[in-house]
Amino acid sequence: MSTTAVTPPIDEVKSTPWSGGKEPFSVEYGKMMMWFFLLSDAFTFSSLLIAYGALRFSSTSWPAADHIFQSVPLTSIEHGAPLVFVGIMTFILIMSSVTMVLGVEAGHRGAKKEVAWWLVATVIGGFMFLGCQALEWSHLFAEGFGWGKIPEHLDHFFPHGVEPSAVYTQQFANLFFTITGFHGFHVFSGVIINIIILINVLAGTYERRGSYLMVEKVGLYWHFVDLVWVFVFTFFYLV
Amino acid sequence: MSETKHTELHHDEHGEHAGMTRGKIWQVFFILLGITVIEFFIALYMVPKEIIGLNVANPIYIILTLAKAFYIVAFFMHLKFEKVGLVYSILVPTLFIIGLILVLTNESHHWVDVLR
Repeated sequence: MSTTAVTPPIDEVKSTPWSGGKEPFSVEYGKMMMWFFLLSDAFTFSSLLIAYGALRFSSTSWPAADHIFQSVPLTSIEHGAPLVFVGIMTFILIMSSVTMVLGVEAGHRGAKKEVAWWLVATVIGGFMFLGCQALEWSHLFAEGFGWGKIPEHLDHFFPHGVEPSAVYTQQFANLFFTITGFHGFHVFSGVIINIIILINVLAGTYERRGSYLMVEKVGLYWHFVDLVWVFVFTFFYLV
Repeated sequence: MSETKHTELHHDEHGEHAGMTRGKIWQVFFILLGITVIEFFIALYMVPKEIIGLNVANPIYIILTLAKAFYIVAFFMHLKFEKVGLVYSILVPTLFIIGLILVLTNESHHWVDVLR
């Protein structure tokens, strides 16, 4: 009798999360993989942003953001409205993140119609953001900025009393288009994925499956895009 | 065994449901919006009027940005309500990013000396 007391039953050994009895993360495989993909994507974006930081730290002068971003496209405002347009873009992206999370919440309740409408709102928000970015890029192209291209006169892009530098303006332009372009490409992919998920929602795929977990996984990606914009916004437009 | 597992998962899902209500979502949205408004107030009013210098404003921007990142990751991406193992397996690797920041800021100060 005493031996049975010493040797515990096999079930009992496997009852803790890290010994095989339970799932330690308690999360579906695809969702866990989305998290790890986003972690790797975070490394990619931070490499780009840290490269930007390193080049900027090593510069002797740098074009000032509130001197470059002064106009509001589609209006008559060409000067004197620093950071207003990017403020609108930031608001659009945060707003579309909210509609996404509201869609996920509706998915938890299994409300198919609500999920579909929130996804439509998110897709519209994504397209609005991309449209704004296209306007801002074309405005900068018109001013003479581009990959490997800067305007001839640089005085008004630098703060007063700072010697304008063509080299550092060029670095700024290259980094700006590369990083916001990479982010914009993520937004574009996110919009496409959201549209695919929306079609699946309308087709009733997740209703039959009994779970709207797929909306949640795509939502993770969409929030990540918003998260990256928060950093891009700070380091390109504010600092 | 599979039945107990199923109820457990269901219970977890119920817990998640309680974690993010619509009210909570809008609350997080207004926090994010408020932080962004503060950032604009600093960038468009306090810095041009020279109430604070850039050496004060920049650390404030970074702290506010990290606060926004916390609210997005914890609540919108739901990480706060996940199992602690998953939380750490996502957060601990980001220490490498901090390492790269430290290495490259140090290195870039060296580049200044070389270029001059």
